[in-house]
Amino acid sequence: MSADQKQGPYSSNSEAVRLELSQIDASIRSAALFFVISAITWLLIGTVFALLVAVKAHQPNFASTFEFLTFGRVRSAHLNAMALGWASNIIFAVGLWIMARLCRAPIIHKGILFIAGVFWNIGLTVGIFGILRGDITSVEWLEIPKYATPLLAISYALIGVWGVMAFRFRKGDHVYVSQWYILAALFWFPWLYVVAQVMIIWLPARGVVQSVTNWWFAHNVLGLWFTPMALATAYYLIPKVLGRPIYSYYLSVLGFWALAIFYNWAGIHHLIGGPIPVWLISAGIVASVMMVIPVVVVGINHHMSVVGLHKEVWRSPTLRFVVFGAISYTLVSLIGSAMALRTVSEITHFTHFTVGHAHHGVYAFFTMIMFGGVYYMMPRLLKREWPSSFLIKLHFWACALGITIMVVALQVGGWIQGLEMNNAEIPFLEVVQNTIPWLKARSVSGLFLTMGHIAFAANFFWMLFVAGAVRAKQGPTLLGSNEGGAVQ
Amino acid sequence: MKNLPLLFCGIFFALAFSFTGLILTSHIQIGSLTQTTESLEATDDLDENGMPVMVMAEGEPLYPAMPVGLAQQGKDIYISMGCIYCHSQQVRRNEFGADIERGWGPRQTVARDYILQERVLLGTMRTGPDLAHLGGRYAGDAGRDWNHLHLYNPRIVSKGSTMPPFAFLYDVRQIVGKPSEEALTFPPDSEYAPETGYEVVPTRRAKALVEYLLSLKINYSLPEAPILE
Repeated sequence: MSADQKQGPYSSNSEAVRLELSQIDASIRSAALFFVISAITWLLIGTVFALLVAVKAHQPNFASTFEFLTFGRVRSAHLNAMALGWASNIIFAVGLWIMARLCRAPIIHKGILFIAGVFWNIGLTVGIFGILRGDITSVEWLEIPKYATPLLAISYALIGVWGVMAFRFRKGDHVYVSQWYILAALFWFPWLYVVAQVMIIWLPARGVVQSVTNWWFAHNVLGLWFTPMALATAYYLIPKVLGRPIYSYYLSVLGFWALAIFYNWAGIHHLIGGPIPVWLISAGIVASVMMVIPVVVVGINHHMSVVGLHKEVWRSPTLRFVVFGAISYTLVSLIGSAMALRTVSEITHFTHFTVGHAHHGVYAFFTMIMFGGVYYMMPRLLKREWPSSFLIKLHFWACALGITIMVVALQVGGWIQGLEMNNAEIPFLEVVQNTIPWLKARSVSGLFLTMGHIAFAANFFWMLFVAGAVRAKQGPTLLGSNEGGAVQ
Repeated sequence: MKNLPLLFCGIFFALAFSFTGLILTSHIQIGSLTQTTESLEATDDLDENGMPVMVMAEGEPLYPAMPVGLAQQGKDIYISMGCIYCHSQQVRRNEFGADIERGWGPRQTVARDYILQERVLLGTMRTGPDLAHLGGRYAGDAGRDWNHLHLYNPRIVSKGSTMPPFAFLYDVRQIVGKPSEEALTFPPDSEYAPETGYEVVPTRRAKALVEYLLSLKINYSLPEAPILE
């Protein structure tokens, strides 16, 4: 704890420190802006795909005349637009920015970073078009066709390397917990991606070795790419905004290593009951249950860091989102560990419960924290404040309500679906019919999320382009009560 | 944490551990499975445990069988339509779920069932039923006709289905001279039937897809997974 008190990332009043951070911000400004703009654009595109898919799930004839809009393809376009478009771009923006700041190392050769970012998004655009025109691979989380993936891999290498470079040329002795997470994720993701591409697409392994590789990869996209980046962001922002250090250094260490050791074995729980050796499944289940350790440890650490400062959390746009995400992390992970048990999986496997769980993780946890990250980062990159606190509030409430409705609907509906599916006396079509009300609720939740995303994008582009409208303020844009900030 | 070599090693070995444990080990264990006969025969030789060494029965056919012809091309259509996102192709063991009770297959599927597939489509979602044994449930010309109608619009034969129609795999055309032999036969008064004077014929892609679906069958035993009566 003492180390963090001296060197943690919490706010400093020292002019020298602020000047240094300001220079680092300037070095990454253009690249980070490009990544945020790309991320928000993909978020909106992915939202359109999501709405289409949600409606198709209960109105199968909706937009079904066109081959490129068939359910399987639009669903995959949605997943890839969100996972590689929204999530990865926002990781590049927020993750690299935090890394550079914590390493106190300005980004050099920022032009290469920028160009690599352009190519990442070109590769992804080609990939999404490929999916829609029917070149989809039908390998979950790896749907992008063969002709676009090498471009993605090379672009990634040229982006990820800047995080490692910043780390290599860091100043100071201390390495903060966020840096471990970011460094590890930058290293883990390409390994996972290349192995999965080679063993499934380029030189297919025999039989279900492909499926094992598939779920080792797919679950680790969440576990070793999204999760560490979101945790790094939360670990960085909580002390920054509240101005006091993280509760316990030792809990951060324990949480990090427990995640590193257990998470990457857990993905096999997607194959429970499947045609693979049983010992592999058992190993996956053990690891999934062991994930309780890092989750509880991180949960305690985050909770103790904000305890007593709930007013400040609620007032800060950043922390309102981050804390929502952090609470979701605890919830979704504990549910995930339970889902890995054979008796639970027997019910939830193959149902909408899993879809709900995936959105609980990627949205309620990861995406909400990243929204918080953007709310913190943009004023520092642009030296402007967010123009509208109303739009921030709208964004928060629409997304918080929307994702809650979605997760509850899909998990309750999915649980019923699983119970009914396991009772052979209930005709299959009756099981299908009984999911429809829950799928309609999912479409409603999609409308809320869409509203939130539009509010977010509007506020963002207003801040970015309509500079004249953003009047200089006395202080940062805060939510709620008026004390200490100029709230409209 | 100041010990950087330790940090690097930890990050590296964390993933190397599961890569070795899950990927490489399963590759060693099941990556070299081969076709086999439905049952094995005991020989006079004994293994180290004193049990007779089992060998493949001579002259018996080998399973799983090689997929052939149009069905192979149909698999590409199955992949390009994203069928996997609602249909699995794996049967779980008896009393774990109701896969066998629902008639989705006569036995559980095992690793060897998938060894000849260049792309394995196990699937993780059952918005629709499992298809591992679809060809066993719908066979012959009747099965072919059913599947064509079902693909053209699932609600023709499955009331209440939420599967999307794949009508774009069919040509609706004016009947010139004699009606085509391949034309779909709609149930009387079907709201999906074409206007009089028109017929619905499958494109080559539709035919290939249906052949693939009909080829999905678990009609053989394996030594490790016999079909039990």
